[in-house]
Amino acid sequence: MDLHQLWTILATPDNVPIVLLALAVPFYTWYGLRQSFANDRLIAQLEADPALARTHHRKTQPWRPEWDREVHVWPYLLRIEFLAALIVTVILLVWSILLNAPLEEPANPNLTMNPSKAPWYFVGLQEMLVYFDPWLAGVVIPFLIIVGLMAIPYIDTNPLGSGYYTFKQRKAAILTFLFGFLGLWLTMIFIGVFVRGPGWMWFWPGATWDHNRLVFEVNRDLPFGALFLAAYTAAAAWAIHKLITLTPFHRKIHARMSRFQYLVMQFFLILMLALPLKILLRQLFRIKYLLVTPWFNI
Amino acid sequence: MSLSAKLARLLKSARKTQVAKSVLRVKHEDTPRARSLGVLSNVFLHLHPAKINRDAVAYNYTWGMGGMTFYVYLVLVFTGALLMFYYHPSKVVAYRDILYLENDVPFGKLLRNMHRWGAHLMVIMVQLHMFRVFLTGSYKKPREFNWVVGVILLVLTLLLSFTGYLLPDDQLGFWAVTVGTNMARATPLLGNEGPFGPQLGMTPYNDVRFGLLGGSIVDSNALLRAYIWHCIAIPILASLFMIVHFWRVRKDGGISGPAPVMLESEIPQPREP
Ligand code: HEM
Repeated sequence: MDLHQLWTILATPDNVPIVLLALAVPFYTWYGLRQSFANDRLIAQLEADPALARTHHRKTQPWRPEWDREVHVWPYLLRIEFLAALIVTVILLVWSILLNAPLEEPANPNLTMNPSKAPWYFVGLQEMLVYFDPWLAGVVIPFLIIVGLMAIPYIDTNPLGSGYYTFKQRKAAILTFLFGFLGLWLTMIFIGVFVRGPGWMWFWPGATWDHNRLVFEVNRDLPFGALFLAAYTAAAAWAIHKLITLTPFHRKIHARMSRFQYLVMQFFLILMLALPLKILLRQLFRIKYLLVTPWFNI
Repeated sequence: MSLSAKLARLLKSARKTQVAKSVLRVKHEDTPRARSLGVLSNVFLHLHPAKINRDAVAYNYTWGMGGMTFYVYLVLVFTGALLMFYYHPSKVVAYRDILYLENDVPFGKLLRNMHRWGAHLMVIMVQLHMFRVFLTGSYKKPREFNWVVGVILLVLTLLLSFTGYLLPDDQLGFWAVTVGTNMARATPLLGNEGPFGPQLGMTPYNDVRFGLLGGSIVDSNALLRAYIWHCIAIPILASLFMIVHFWRVRKDGGISGPAPVMLESEIPQPREP
């Protein structure tokens, strides 16, 4: 265990924000889900008791009939905004006093940094370069992430859970988002930042970065890759369809979708599931390409 | 008469002068009407409604994330403008300017640190803001489009951060931007190493990467381009989209909640086609 190496990575100034992220994301996941579960309990209670549902104020927040539904922005919101601005300023000031921004040697095209890493928020995409050619990892995947995010409001036809935290009423949507955000995006960033060393080789946290390490990996292409891809697409589409029509409630949501909405959703979900699949194929079976054509490889 | 009472009286009579009235326009007294007018007649505050959902002011619903992202953006614009006083976007000079800032300019180091860590903070906060908007289902009708505007803001935030990375012209920025823009080589159709790129006549000297860098390597033109994108183009775009974003929050009916929970039995029947 090389604690010094671990510390060097963690304390690299530009990695400090990721340490912060590693604390903030679990906290807010817990904070959001806790409120979701509280609302879910309320929902269960109201569903069991229609009479109560008719009279209940339907929030977990404290409530009294004589309270106004709305409060004045001045002072009730503005004072909080002012306080938030103060706190953020203090945090930023203290952070900037304690930790200096990095400045390396002047740029030198003849002296390659090893490893040379993108800024942390792009390191996840850089990590995808291990599994995909640059046109996929650097161009197509980011493009699809952006378009996929933009499509969310137009393919989520579930009318429940608008404006309040809930898990029970939006299981599929929330699990998908958690999978994409935590399971793919942030996981890839953490691997790229904390695990990848010189030559973009895999060094477990705490292992010494050995600049002379060589790895002889013979990667091979999958035979009958086109068949495999077709089979995967069919299997994934079938599994996704089963999942989103599992319960009567989910069938009801599904019935509200147009054919086009359904196809777009399938398209993005199939591609999203393909990422971990390709990663596993590479890590476990040393598969480089699934599909080889004269113009591009996948 | 005590001093504080005297001061209070002085303040009160000062508010009655023509000058004060012309500046404030509305009476500042503790009535609901004055409170509303105070917000509505102020150009900086009027993005707010006069009143909002009582539960929305608590921290636990929005986490204040969108607001804090915006605040950090303002801090970045401010510190960035100050940094521009000391920075020349040309090779050799740029790196020296950073050294000068770090070692000779009063508070220069603090200024640079605040700009650097503020940028990281903004990238973290914008992701958390998106996370909360998702968890509260706030992208649902009628807020679909504002979510799209948000995604554009997310991309612009990342690009702002990325273009700034090159500006110190050190090894860190140089190689990060080299790695990043090398991917542009592989753009389908538009990159010289991308699928169908060569067939369309793409070379290292005319493809999309060349356009981004103003050359075939990361050099002085790339520095100048990064500078212009970072200090002019993207901030203008981001500001425009933020204006739209805030305007739409209001027009879509204000903040989405905390709304009363809806039950499954209350889902309206879809209209027959
Ligand atoms: C520079 C980036 C951004 C800024 C400064 C910003 C700012 C804000 C602010 C101040 C609000 C008011 C409520 C709140 O504080 O949560 C808001 C609401 C909202 N934002 Fe953003 N935002 C940004 C990026 C995003 C992103 C990346 C998304 C989603 C992809 C998004 C989607 C929304 C939506 C849908 C609302 C309405 C939420 C509601 O009514 O509850 N925004 N934004």
